[in-house]
Amino acid sequence: MSMDLIVGILAGLLVAATPLILAALGELVVEKSGVLNLGVEGMMVIGAFAGFAAKVLTGSYLLAFPAAIFAGMLMGLLFGLLTQILLSNQVASGLALTLFGLGLSALFGAGWTGLTAGAFPRLNALGLPGSLAAGLDVLILLTLALVVATQYVLTRTRTGLILRAVGENHDAAHAIGYPVVAVRMLALAFGGGMAGLGGAYLSLVQTPFWVERMTAGRGWIALALVVFSAWRPFRLLAGALLFGGITILQLHSQGFGLKVDAQVLAMLPYLATLAVLVFMSRSRGAGNAAGRLRAPQSLGKVFTSTT
Amino acid sequence: MRNAMVRLEPRREPSRVMLYATPFVAFVLTLLAGLVLFWALGKDPVRALGLIFITPLTSVRGVAELLVKSTPLILIATGLAFGFRAGVWNIGAEGQFTIGAISGGAVALYFHPGGGPLLLPAMMLAGVLGGVAWAAIPALLRTHFNANEILTSLMLVYVALLLLGLMVQGPLRDPQSYNFPESKLFQNAALLPALIPKTRAHIGFLIAVGVVAVAHVLMTRHILGFMVRVFGDAPRAAAFAGFSEKRMVWLSFAISGGLAGLSGLFEAAGPVGQLVPQLPSGYGFTAIIVAFLGRLQPLGILAAGLLLGLTHIGGETAQITMSLPSATTSVFQGMLLFFLLASDVLVNFRLRFGLRAPVGVGGN
Repeated sequence: MSMDLIVGILAGLLVAATPLILAALGELVVEKSGVLNLGVEGMMVIGAFAGFAAKVLTGSYLLAFPAAIFAGMLMGLLFGLLTQILLSNQVASGLALTLFGLGLSALFGAGWTGLTAGAFPRLNALGLPGSLAAGLDVLILLTLALVVATQYVLTRTRTGLILRAVGENHDAAHAIGYPVVAVRMLALAFGGGMAGLGGAYLSLVQTPFWVERMTAGRGWIALALVVFSAWRPFRLLAGALLFGGITILQLHSQGFGLKVDAQVLAMLPYLATLAVLVFMSRSRGAGNAAGRLRAPQSLGKVFTSTT
Repeated sequence: MRNAMVRLEPRREPSRVMLYATPFVAFVLTLLAGLVLFWALGKDPVRALGLIFITPLTSVRGVAELLVKSTPLILIATGLAFGFRAGVWNIGAEGQFTIGAISGGAVALYFHPGGGPLLLPAMMLAGVLGGVAWAAIPALLRTHFNANEILTSLMLVYVALLLLGLMVQGPLRDPQSYNFPESKLFQNAALLPALIPKTRAHIGFLIAVGVVAVAHVLMTRHILGFMVRVFGDAPRAAAFAGFSEKRMVWLSFAISGGLAGLSGLFEAAGPVGQLVPQLPSGYGFTAIIVAFLGRLQPLGILAAGLLLGLTHIGGETAQITMSLPSATTSVFQGMLLFFLLASDVLVNFRLRFGLRAPVGVGGN
């Protein structure tokens, strides 16, 4: 294999993995705070459209990505309003968020199909040499930095400690004076913003155009990645790269001389998700369902303050 | 909630009045939000709502279409309600629907162009079995490997949709279709009899009503319904009572998968009349909303299924006559579920207005 091919595959791997890393990292923080938001797909697709529309309207990436983050945050906070203030069932609310996001983005995006956001500049446009720089972009680097930052904040800072306390035992956290609902709302805003950014990476960098339902289940794969990671950012990165690899296999299968139907190849990410879920869930042995996966102990439980 | 102007006060018991009132509250709120949405889109809001909710009911064709659209919604939601009540989350009904259509349709195509009076029952059986088989995968993964059934059942939707594409391009493709990915048109013996002459309404609706009646009896009069409720409300009590969790998971997936498969076959042998890649059109997801809107009770689901069926046709009418985007319907349905979940807070809590807690309540 030539050097160029290896570099090309590596860059493709990172490009394919980046939206998954962003969305899953956001959800990891949300789940660490004890909330299960199944609406990642809906937040991602809203971010994808908001970012795309902002880029086409203003021509500026510096407005487009914040717009996507903001739109995702609003979706996350909407979920927070339902589940933290109005105490709705988290599973049902997450599904509603996904259905609503897919519908709303398709409604507003109906007239935007067929336009293009333009090619996103790669690192070589910034003067960096080499074929790897030609395949990577600044958002990939930002994403990798965010993985490190999230790991640091979760394990080494007071903020992370409070977040984990709220997620492990919300009653105890409340009793010692931490604002459980406020912490969770902030986590949800972060998760929504990250999903929105991940969606915008799809519509502004990867493709770069808008099609309704363009997330094609990536939000759900991101949720599975959080399980795969056992709530640890570096393992999440490894899992996302694995999925990136499957995508590359799909794209380059002809090049590798594989003769398989396009549909069979398209099934691979979903089948891989199944395999990963099975492997991760079974390898932890017996015990209660939450303890088995080192899931935050208050994950998905409703919190009502008693005072 | 301290010092807030509006406080939530837990009720000792869930309010039965609110339990049945909130679907209506949610519906009215959705209508109001719809007015704002149409106004924002620059469309006449009153005309749009009229087209969506009233026009379909003014013609025989409209009513027939209502039955066509609500049949799969009612069937799937009735099945899902069993699992949802017991805390088993089958989110992949769309996939089981698709596999039901493939397996039932394959039976029709195998006997093409022949087939006697037993063909339709055989197709229905194949559809149910196909749905059950597809639902058995997440059930197995949950009971044997403890894999989250929400994620596994959902992943299998994507696989099922791709499988349908593969089938109509390969083994089940019509050789005379000029490379279009579609099966032969089903022979007459493989088509569901019409319920209203000269319309697409088919006897599947009657079967759906029958299923609702059976489910109602099961839920209210049978040990199975009791088991389901105990599992949902108090899983530990269920374990002490000797109810097996694994059995509950299998049962929930078998019922919901079978009914989803059956409605997939109805769609293929009814309004569509062949297998095409576009056959699954989101009924499996809309049915989740129907199940919740119907309060996870069969009779409620019947009403909710008809209501959401109405928004489906109305959305199509509004799309044609007012050039509204087709996604309008899904936005409406998403909002409806939001408002329902949000107003559900009134079932378990009471709103208290004012700055101070009433005497004797709370400790602040």
